[in-house]
Amino acid sequence: MMDLIFIPWQLFVIGVGLAAVMAFIGLNGLLLVYLDRKIGGFIQRRVGPYEVGPQGILQPVADGLKLLGKQVFTPRGADPVLYWLAPMISITPAIVVFIAIPFGPRLQVINTNVGLILILAFTGINVLALCLGGWASQNKYALLGAARDIAQSVAYEIPLLLSVLPIIFMTGTFNLFDIASGQGAWPWQWYILYQPVAFLIFFVCILAETNRSPFDLPEGESELTAGFHTDYSGMAFALFFLAEYAYMVIGSCLIATIFLGGFQGPILSGAWWFLAKVYILLLIMIWIRWTFPRLRFDQLLNVCWKWMIPIAVVNLLVTLAVISL
Amino acid sequence: MRNRNGTRITMDLDRRLQTHGDFYSQKFQTTEREDTLVLNLGPQHPSTHGVLRILLEIDGEYILRAEPVLGYIHRMHEKIAEVMTYPQFAPYTGRIDYLHPLAWGWAHIGAVERLMEVQVPERAEYIRVITCELNRISSHLLWWGAYINDLGAFTPFFYAFDDREIISDILQRIIGSRLTFSFYRIGGVATDIDDRFVTETREFCNRMKERLKMYKALVTDNFIFRNRLEGIGVIPFETCRKYGATGPVLRGSGKAYDVRRAEPYSIYNRFDFEIPVYDTCDAMGRYLVRMDEIKESIKIIEQALDALPEGECINRKASKRPKPSPNDVYFATEGGRGKIGAHLVSDGGRSPYRLKLRSPSFSNLSLFSEVAQGTLIADAISILGSLDLVIPEIDR
Repeated sequence: MMDLIFIPWQLFVIGVGLAAVMAFIGLNGLLLVYLDRKIGGFIQRRVGPYEVGPQGILQPVADGLKLLGKQVFTPRGADPVLYWLAPMISITPAIVVFIAIPFGPRLQVINTNVGLILILAFTGINVLALCLGGWASQNKYALLGAARDIAQSVAYEIPLLLSVLPIIFMTGTFNLFDIASGQGAWPWQWYILYQPVAFLIFFVCILAETNRSPFDLPEGESELTAGFHTDYSGMAFALFFLAEYAYMVIGSCLIATIFLGGFQGPILSGAWWFLAKVYILLLIMIWIRWTFPRLRFDQLLNVCWKWMIPIAVVNLLVTLAVISL
Repeated sequence: MRNRNGTRITMDLDRRLQTHGDFYSQKFQTTEREDTLVLNLGPQHPSTHGVLRILLEIDGEYILRAEPVLGYIHRMHEKIAEVMTYPQFAPYTGRIDYLHPLAWGWAHIGAVERLMEVQVPERAEYIRVITCELNRISSHLLWWGAYINDLGAFTPFFYAFDDREIISDILQRIIGSRLTFSFYRIGGVATDIDDRFVTETREFCNRMKERLKMYKALVTDNFIFRNRLEGIGVIPFETCRKYGATGPVLRGSGKAYDVRRAEPYSIYNRFDFEIPVYDTCDAMGRYLVRMDEIKESIKIIEQALDALPEGECINRKASKRPKPSPNDVYFATEGGRGKIGAHLVSDGGRSPYRLKLRSPSFSNLSLFSEVAQGTLIADAISILGSLDLVIPEIDR
């Protein structure tokens, strides 16, 4: 017990926070896998998971256990170090960035001045992970998937940042807590009304950055079998899978914080409102996934370079002009 | 850099993995360039829908050369026909093209009937037309779902199967099977249809007309979907003629050739229906041709149900163990994928001397390597889907 006292308070908070965040990611992953499949079933006029547990609610747990029990296997010719490093690089930033997200008025691991930059910088590392995974597994499909992922993620980082900048100029801070609490409790006080274009661009970029449909080219099931994770199985695959859902949650958290008033709601402001907003955004993402066909690679980049970046720049300039007036 | 075995790590994945490929990989003629990748698309691949294998030489995502490798599901159907009696071969035709088996069955039985000069009762001709057109709709529906699945949208597949299920149920009641139908017999059909069949088919036709409107709103008008199809995989009419492409591929290239109209068999010349033609020559043209064909098939079915005569469903005088005199005949039908031909040669015995089957998918696939050159991998998948290939039919 004596040892505990000498741990700096900040470090203690971060340790507990990280543990809580990991639990949050794990539970969210399970819930999202279930929701994704159940809603997919609903949209496709079938039942979805049904057998394991009531209404199949335990299906993700069973899937996780199955993946846990699989043989740890390195394909022939693969680079063993990079091959196993890639899924870890993919999941680690996802865990770290959650510490800067304000879940509620008093529910945030660290309230830092560079919260937004921290999140955007760390999520960028995921590109490296997918690239390493695709390259190290010595599979042609994986290689193509990795190449697609690099082009896609690098391209979509730019409009992503450009669409956040107007908000930063409006609020004058990178602090996510201040951005969230700077908005009022009612929907007409949220930044989505001041910056609808930025919101749309940001949402599309989040879809592209998390490789969700219709931008799921790095996985491109019908073209590249499974894309960058073709050769992965067992827990390595599960980590990639979990990371994808974690990045979806991060993206939704960012949108909710920046554009939808964060944890504030008309009544009983708190984490409830934040989670509700996040889950509505996630449901929209799932809905989009089961509705749209996949874009082609060059179309995807055309949308980014020819439409989203110019629009984001114009939006930024207009915002600056209005602010300076 | 060296790997664990001490061999030098190079950029060439094949050399690094110490795989040398099979006969086709080794004989695959690549371009002169050195910075390209040879990719095996198949024989196990989600988008080849069967055991089709395509060797691709790619530069990044661009295809420099494409070569289909066939024969993974070659089952010697033509040889089997030579060692069996004429009626015995009938069930095999359902295995050639499992999506439109009735058209294949009709091609074989029609050839035998022409060889034997057997008369088919009126009612049997109508039943053949109704079941064959129902089967054509189910074939096009499955293609529709699978094609959009290839393009990355998973949901329409289930909608298509929802409709297809009704056709399967209707046909199961009178035929007995749900996939590899074998219904046509020499001189007629195996079983007669009843009132329930007629009402169920009419209900399905009405339902399908509504569903087609929804499919148009849900899929055909989708912005992303149109961008994936329009201007992709342009097959000029000359290319179609060079490779002998038929069916929706040819009609999507602006030529209104349909065996049902060009060389009418059975009673098709009695019905009023259009041959859908689009001269855009791209994947969208082929897509729209098939969607319109579903409508036309419904029209044919409704007319046939209205005019359905009473009578026998099979010519009782037709021989169960035919022994035709030496002769050779050719009979062609219009399948879901194009012109199906059966060239039957008899030497006077109980089994044919030779049965040559002309499969539309084989000709349609042949033009792929020419069309796919210079396209992206995603486009190649789109082109492959728009050809509507059934692999067992290619290899036979």
